[in-house]
Amino acid sequence: MKRIALALASTLAFAALIPAAHAVEFTQVQADKSAVNFIYKQMGVAVDGKFKKFSSTLSFDPAKPTAAKASFDVELASVDTGASEGDQEVAGKPWFNTKVFPSAKFVSGSVKALGGNKYEVAGQLTIKGKTQDVVVPATFTQQGNAGVFDGSFTIRRADFSIGEGSWAKFDIVANDVQIRFHITAASK
Amino acid sequence: MENTHYTATAKLLHWLMAALLFGLLALGFYMHDLPLSPEKLQLYSWHKWAGVSAFLLLAVRLLWRLTHRPPALPLSMPKLMQFAAHAGHLMLYVLMIAIPLSGWLMSSAKGFQTVYFGMLPIPDLLDKNKELGDLLQTVHMSLNLLFVAVLAGHIGAALKHHFIDKDDILTRMAPRHSKEN
Repeated sequence: MKRIALALASTLAFAALIPAAHAVEFTQVQADKSAVNFIYKQMGVAVDGKFKKFSSTLSFDPAKPTAAKASFDVELASVDTGASEGDQEVAGKPWFNTKVFPSAKFVSGSVKALGGNKYEVAGQLTIKGKTQDVVVPATFTQQGNAGVFDGSFTIRRADFSIGEGSWAKFDIVANDVQIRFHITAASK
Repeated sequence: MENTHYTATAKLLHWLMAALLFGLLALGFYMHDLPLSPEKLQLYSWHKWAGVSAFLLLAVRLLWRLTHRPPALPLSMPKLMQFAAHAGHLMLYVLMIAIPLSGWLMSSAKGFQTVYFGMLPIPDLLDKNKELGDLLQTVHMSLNLLFVAVLAGHIGAALKHHFIDKDDILTRMAPRHSKEN
């Protein structure tokens, strides 16, 4: 009897909480208001580029950030390096090899709330058949009925065999590549 | 009295510039057609650094030119030829300013900042813009083709003065022509 009452009470408590929490869950990613950019150094000079096509699924409830989930699928052939010969080059075998590995994937694991609007998303990044654990810091800001997520993290291209052969040395194109994202997702 | 000699400094600047510009032209035409490789990116950086150097050298040269009057053209030269000589030299100076400027703007528009010797960032005058970058590439190329044509005229005229007119136009720019200055 006591057990049933407790179960009933907790169910009621949850029933009261859940709808309120779910009311502001951001899930509808708006591609036109989202961007994935990268910055790297070429002979010490910062050069940036972007990926024009990517898809993502996201669910983020500010009341329950640790339950958040995100996954990204970046179409590597949509790379924009700023020069068409650069775009062709990085789609090729020594770089992304997009014929065999058309996309880069990120799947979130655990999410930590760092206080304020700061979060840390641990996840796995897979590029060119190689998977690495990454920790992605991100901020969240609510703009009207949309949630905006911004962040950046740095990967080493050699960890994913991006830029092989004559490009493998880092004297011309540096190993570190910073990935920056800006994701806008509306609430349901 | 009209001076009849170039200063040693003017000659040095002329020949330094000549060597640098020939190198820049050759490198520019060569690297342009290379397939993308680390070497190509390296050559582009060197070309940019040499271009900035040429621009700085030109500033020194202009300053020298404005404060040191060059020797007059021979009186035997017809007025029209004298005019052509002055116009040709003016054209060379205009192009020596316009070509590095167009290269600098092109680099800015293409999103590849020029960092002098990898140390000194030259500010980007334009925001990244692919169409503008491609347009400026055409401008840079066209100005250089024009430069090659004017240079051919410059060298051709110098040789004509030396071998046909048999005046001292060519030799007065030669390093050991005069012990003065």
